[in-house]
Amino acid sequence: MGELKLMKGNEVIAEAAIRCGCDGYFGYPITPQSEVMETLMNNRPWETTGMVVLQAESETASVNMLYGGAATGKRVMTSSSSPGISLMTEGLSYLAGAELPCLILNVQRGGPGLGTIQPSQADYFQCVKGGGHGDYKLIVLAPSSVQEMHDFVELGFDLAFKYRNPAMILSDGAIGQMMEKVELAPQKARWTDEEIQEISGSWATTGKTKDRKQNVVTSLELDSEQMEQNNLKFQAKYQEIQKNEVRYEAIDCEDADYIFVAYGSSARICQKSMQIAREKGYKVGILRPITLFPFPTEQIAALADKVKGFLTVELNAGQMVEDVRLSVNGKKPVEHFGRMGGIIPSPSEVVTALEQKVIGG
Amino acid sequence: MTEEIIIAGFGGQGVLSMGKILAYSGVMQDQEVTWMPSYGPEMRGGTANVTVILSDDRISSPILHEYDTAIILNQQSMDKFEKTVKIGGTLIYDPNGIIHPPTRKDINIYKIDGAKKAAEMGNPKTFNMIILGGYLKIKPVVLPENVKKGLEKSLPERHHKLIPLNLEAIQLGQDSIEAVHLT
Repeated sequence: MGELKLMKGNEVIAEAAIRCGCDGYFGYPITPQSEVMETLMNNRPWETTGMVVLQAESETASVNMLYGGAATGKRVMTSSSSPGISLMTEGLSYLAGAELPCLILNVQRGGPGLGTIQPSQADYFQCVKGGGHGDYKLIVLAPSSVQEMHDFVELGFDLAFKYRNPAMILSDGAIGQMMEKVELAPQKARWTDEEIQEISGSWATTGKTKDRKQNVVTSLELDSEQMEQNNLKFQAKYQEIQKNEVRYEAIDCEDADYIFVAYGSSARICQKSMQIAREKGYKVGILRPITLFPFPTEQIAALADKVKGFLTVELNAGQMVEDVRLSVNGKKPVEHFGRMGGIIPSPSEVVTALEQKVIGG
Repeated sequence: MTEEIIIAGFGGQGVLSMGKILAYSGVMQDQEVTWMPSYGPEMRGGTANVTVILSDDRISSPILHEYDTAIILNQQSMDKFEKTVKIGGTLIYDPNGIIHPPTRKDINIYKIDGAKKAAEMGNPKTFNMIILGGYLKIKPVVLPENVKKGLEKSLPERHHKLIPLNLEAIQLGQDSIEAVHLT
């Protein structure tokens, strides 16, 4: 067993990054995720593992530093919260277009605009559907505990490098700010130059040697025929990710008549709502997507054959509900319940919504 | 066993660190714990609160709207959280600065003169540990030896010399809390 600590979700991201051998972090402070960089700065990993930690002048600068670092085959990351992620989205599109593996953390707060600093899940469309321009996808992981914040750092890097694609941890202010028990992984060494050469030498700008052609990292391709080929290659990769990497948790779905579909902090609230609903005699289960792209479409479609209805619970006006409806494909009613602006619904509010919108509907 | 607690007062009273020590004490006896602070505009306005859950089972929602126990350390928090205590639950408050004491008759109410006792001890910073001691007298959810371990874990090593003082404050709190009987 690893080291057991009581830590905030944001602090754990920093610990996990150092421990999994991350090479560099570039960020700009914003509530509710500033503890990520604070913890990194306090731990001074440049003195131990050699990891670079740099406070950039803006989010735009951070994401372009990420591009530069990732282009050399290094394991680099950034973190921000909703308005900051908006500033980064041009860069995210470029990272996806250049197929650069890297990790981005979004600790969501309520929007639109500067909005509020309280928890929200209103960036689902932005992070799962694109945000930036062009046909691209991020691999999106949605932690619902501090332990998952820890675990998804290394998982995010692994998936990013497996598919040469940016990965995002889509969290929120509640998961970032709360402390829970967490088992920290043992320290791993950063990749050596030889390891980087072996893993990413075919594409990364690691320094041209006489015996190979230069590697060029770019998203620009002015030949339309070739640009379409590039897009087809991206789409094939996304299909491969959809086929191989769906992750989800099904809680008490076996005997369920009704299903809550919820991720992140909403899924935690739904666990309490499920207890209340079951005490009232409703057989309720939870399908918690852990990956938002790839989305657990098939698993939800399979549930649609045996349950009476679905309620998606999100801290937004109804975003993931669209993907649940596409998965259910009209077989059963799919309703949405959410609060906005940083308000967290009470578990009993969710049960009332289930009764009114799905059971009674 | 699951105990859902809100601790609420002014910034600077040690509300968040008291919650952290309680949570760490739970970790020391293999319980599941969550610690969810207010980090929003109310914190910037001077009030602070933290929700701590200790449980033998997996914890569902870290954010709650009703509590087994409310520890209330100023009037604003009394106004906000007295009504959130579950029926049959516990409310502990420090009367210092409280203009409108609690009135509910369907909960158990205790008071503890934390601010006064801390002044008597000659160290106002022991205030939160006096309150924690009072709470643990009423709700012994964590064992004393695990509170000591919790202090060791949550305080930086340079402050470990203060642990005996903190334990003394906890003991004082246990001796000072008294039940309030509303008629």
